[in-house]
Amino acid sequence: MEPNPSGLTASLTFTSQPSIEFKNVRLGFAEGEILRGVTFSAQERETVILLGETGTGKTLLLKLASGLLRPDSGSIRVLGKDISGVPESELLGMRRQIGFVFQEGALFDSLTVGENVAYRLYEDGLSDQEIEPLVKEVLRFVELAHTTDSLPSELSGGMRRRVAIARALIARPPIVLYDSPTAGLDPITSQTIISLILRLRDVYGVTALLATHRLQDGFALANFHFDPQSKRVRRDSSPESARVAPTRFLVLRAGKIYFEGTPDELMKSQDSYLQRFLI
Amino acid sequence: MEVLQDLAKTSVLKVQNYSILSLRAITNLATGPRYIQDSLDQMDDIGVGSLPIVLLSGFFIGAVMVLQTGTQFERFGQASLTGDIVSLALVRELGPSITGLLVAGRCSSGIASELGSMVVTEQVDAMRAMGTDPSRKLVTPRVLATLITLPLLTTISVFVGLLGGMVASVLSLRINATTFWERAIKILEFSDIMQGFSKTVVFAFIIATVGCYQGLNVRGGTQGVGRATTQAVVVASVLIIVSDTFLTKLALYLADKFF
Repeated sequence: MEPNPSGLTASLTFTSQPSIEFKNVRLGFAEGEILRGVTFSAQERETVILLGETGTGKTLLLKLASGLLRPDSGSIRVLGKDISGVPESELLGMRRQIGFVFQEGALFDSLTVGENVAYRLYEDGLSDQEIEPLVKEVLRFVELAHTTDSLPSELSGGMRRRVAIARALIARPPIVLYDSPTAGLDPITSQTIISLILRLRDVYGVTALLATHRLQDGFALANFHFDPQSKRVRRDSSPESARVAPTRFLVLRAGKIYFEGTPDELMKSQDSYLQRFLI
Repeated sequence: MEVLQDLAKTSVLKVQNYSILSLRAITNLATGPRYIQDSLDQMDDIGVGSLPIVLLSGFFIGAVMVLQTGTQFERFGQASLTGDIVSLALVRELGPSITGLLVAGRCSSGIASELGSMVVTEQVDAMRAMGTDPSRKLVTPRVLATLITLPLLTTISVFVGLLGGMVASVLSLRINATTFWERAIKILEFSDIMQGFSKTVVFAFIIATVGCYQGLNVRGGTQGVGRATTQAVVVASVLIIVSDTFLTKLALYLADKFF
């Protein structure tokens, strides 16, 4: 999958409508209310980092954004459509616009890597001849072309996450949701995953929500960019790059948005709770 | 009082969710997408996979029926009636219920553990996230496969049971094999076969839907999967036995009225 040279130019065209918009969303379970009025939006081609301690509802926000869960109250708009009251049958179609990378990959363990990646294409009724090159292309993008016939159980944790990214990427969705993509991985593998996510962002210009408890993931996405010309990831925190592929932090605390701002604003914050993430 | 209210609400909710799952399993057949390959795979797993235990148990149940009833008939000098009674018992009752219970033990648990594992590893959520309806992809093929294969398995079980009975009657009661077989076949009426067949359809539906319901409603990780697996077998077996009573009563009433 070669980067489109015109990708960056195309990414300069923004629409005014947010890709994802939460308005006063509340969600609770038997054990209590987890989300207590969450309001935020993600613009087209923006990467929003959802930061927070375990149990603050980061994964819930991702599941709400993809319609896997329904809010108790409030509204959620995805690509301009209110999904909070839409029946499941309609949501199934809408979810084809969204790639979801689950925390542990959630690969189908009885299918090979190739079949996992091709799953959505099989569902769409494409033939084997049409599917094969697309699977090869997307596996090459995540540098796992040699694992097509392997079972997920034969792969390492990091490789499984990369396959999950490939699976989410195959239908070229405009939105990708990442649930703690680096959780439980060693620093080098985490770096590989993050560089893959920023390549995906800079090559295809996807809008992303990324839940994590690792601040460094967010800063890596804000400060590094993929250069389609040299095909390398390079440090670039220039305003122009930030405008093309903006990154914003949302910090969740006690079911609410505690902080919302740019990486710079987060770094400069003197708030004692936020400081705990920065140490 | 509050505890009782909660218990009642939870029970009603479970019945409601089970009913919705069962209804959708059937209504999904009316519209696409249909997962034919998945249904064939499930038929292989449920049908062909259950064949050895059904054959083995069917043969010995037929044989033991002959040993038990034959000795009683011999006391009245009516040993030749053994074929009649064994045939009726197998076709109307023992074939469907024993096969149902065996398949419930093997397949309800298998379905519950497979789907339960998929739930705890987020594979079902991943399926939904990719735009696939799990009730179409996972539930309907299993229900369809069980509905098709259980009547076939029961038929084979009854046939093998009669063979077992024939062998036992020849060896133990010294009844001629042809006499046994002829009497076993002649005694059967259409209503007997329909009674047995209708039971297998209901049992198949119970086995598949209970397994799917328990699997898809797993809570609490791998421990929950174990719990769901056990519950699937227990609930399916109890439902088979309870429904058998009502189905027998209904079938006898209908046979009396219409045949």
